[in-house]
Amino acid sequence: MRKKLNIDELKAKALEVRRDIITMLTYAGSGHSGGSLSSTDYGTALFFNEMNIDPKNPEYSERDMWFFSIGHVTPVIYSLMAESGYFEKNALLKFRKLDGFLEGHPCKAHVPGIECSGGSLGQGLSVAVGAALGSRMDKHSRRVYAICGDGELQEGQIWEAVMFAAHYKLDNICVFVDYNRKQIDGDVEDIMGIHPLDEKFRSFNWNVITIDGHNFEEILAALEEAKNTKGKPTVILGNTIMGKGVSFMEDLHTWHGNPPNKEQAEIACKELGTTLEEWTTHLENN
Amino acid sequence: MPEMKKTREGWGKGLVALGDENPNVVVLTADLNGSTMCNFFAEKYPERFVQVGIAEQNMMCVAAGLSLTGKVPFLATYGAFASTRSLDQIRITVAYSNLNVKIGGAHGGISVGPDGATHQAMEEFAIIRSIPNMTVICPSDIHETRKATIAAGNTFGPFYLRFGRENVPVVTNEDTPFQIGKAIEMASGSDLTIIACGMMVYEALVAAEELGKNGISARVLNMHTIKPIDREAIIKACEETGAIVTAEEHQIHGGLGGAVSEVVVQNSPVPMELVAVKDRFGKSGKPSELMKAFGLTSKEIIEASQKVLKRKK
Ligand SMILES: Cc1ncc(C[n+]2csc(CCOP(=O)(O)OP(=O)(O)O)c2C)c(N)n1
Repeated sequence: MRKKLNIDELKAKALEVRRDIITMLTYAGSGHSGGSLSSTDYGTALFFNEMNIDPKNPEYSERDMWFFSIGHVTPVIYSLMAESGYFEKNALLKFRKLDGFLEGHPCKAHVPGIECSGGSLGQGLSVAVGAALGSRMDKHSRRVYAICGDGELQEGQIWEAVMFAAHYKLDNICVFVDYNRKQIDGDVEDIMGIHPLDEKFRSFNWNVITIDGHNFEEILAALEEAKNTKGKPTVILGNTIMGKGVSFMEDLHTWHGNPPNKEQAEIACKELGTTLEEWTTHLENN
Repeated sequence: MPEMKKTREGWGKGLVALGDENPNVVVLTADLNGSTMCNFFAEKYPERFVQVGIAEQNMMCVAAGLSLTGKVPFLATYGAFASTRSLDQIRITVAYSNLNVKIGGAHGGISVGPDGATHQAMEEFAIIRSIPNMTVICPSDIHETRKATIAAGNTFGPFYLRFGRENVPVVTNEDTPFQIGKAIEMASGSDLTIIACGMMVYEALVAAEELGKNGISARVLNMHTIKPIDREAIIKACEETGAIVTAEEHQIHGGLGGAVSEVVVQNSPVPMELVAVKDRFGKSGKPSELMKAFGLTSKEIIEASQKVLKRKK
């Protein structure tokens, strides 16, 4: 059994994850900063408190399953994986490189622990729902966690999966919406409004919990409520901030798909309590 | 006239046979339970049958998710939708992840009949075989479809199986050996080789018999597996017969003819003729009328054979 981090430890871990994200993006020279930073706290809670996983044995049969339906947030996915021991941290420095194994979008064949390749928005939730159904058929106690973007909810397939999960009363799945209100081209409500999200999910017969997606007390309480909710799936609408933790990235859609350059990375690292050099060395040696 | 049976019935029976043996086999459909003949399985194993509603994209990925929990999911919808509406899902979720998902593309080909072009899938071979990790099979009759379905269930990896709507001639029997990727020689011959799949295997056999009456000895290969294609059988046909005609109920671009050509030109170039749908959409009509109107009968195979023989050195 892995040790569950408490709230203070989760905060400290999330800080490290943000440092990883900034550092790996800087060396990659491309990649998605905004959504990675906005989903960091929820991801940290999943990997270091909530989920039953065995990173050294990714196929562990009793494992919970996790699916980032937003495949583009590989910086946070790989950081969480490295920090929890799926692979060594120095691999993060080869993110998006030909001689590395961390693809721009998740690839099952290259990275043990990635349940399913992804990167085309709208698909991961359906896969998670299928895994939840399969687990229930086997009377397996596993829980299945999916993370969706708010822009991603514009995909029609999402609502096919939402309908399906409620129809089959899949209470072993918990979905987190990284509700940062931004997507590539701007504000979600300007591009193609999804409001009111809580009412939408409720009318599809889901249990809906709205929280501050950067508050660990609220995240853990929501995950607990999800586990105790029977007969329907749960969605956690996590109000988050794109680029959270790096002042000049916060709440700007322009940071959706861009990495910091070296100078920006230095500023970001400083705000995160380190330097680029220090954190690079840390990653190289771990 | 030989016995006539539906290939989709072979799929339905194959699913039940698999279900009897393997409790992990599950079947999904998108409001096409009866017409894809998944209903045999659904009635026998309701707890392992998943109705998805009219949501093919979701179905493809739900099947993927089921496979991750150790299930062997078979899903069926019309091939026209399976290979296009849920193509992104096939490419990224199923194939890129190399998942154990089996896709049944029902109602393939022009022989779908009166429903017309929208429902006549004639691009699946080209579309699906261009995707890495995918295996593509188009069986010739009911027995072969049953065997192909069972073989897919017993072989790890993503599969696309095409079968048809109508009764088609039975050209194999219960005991004809079936091996994925291994063509079946249905008739021996030395002047040319006709390589066919699906219901065109029967047309090829009729053509070969006619040609025989005129002293032309045509070999007939049943190329049920479009990918991975049986390179050995093709190269052997080039070397031993020196001319090839392909026949398929599919667009002329990128299908069986394309797959065979790729092997021929890179190994042992010989003249080839392709009998296929000539880059046009289908139409409503009776299946037999359509096969004639779209040039998919023994007549066109015979003409193509005569033409290819003239080009043979
Ligand atoms: C099917 C599909 N269409 C388009 C894209 C390109 N794309 C990648 S991320 C993105 C925006 C996603 O917005 P959101 O879900 O809000 O994520 P965030 O911006 O918060 O990271 C788009 C359009 C894609 N990956 N998949």
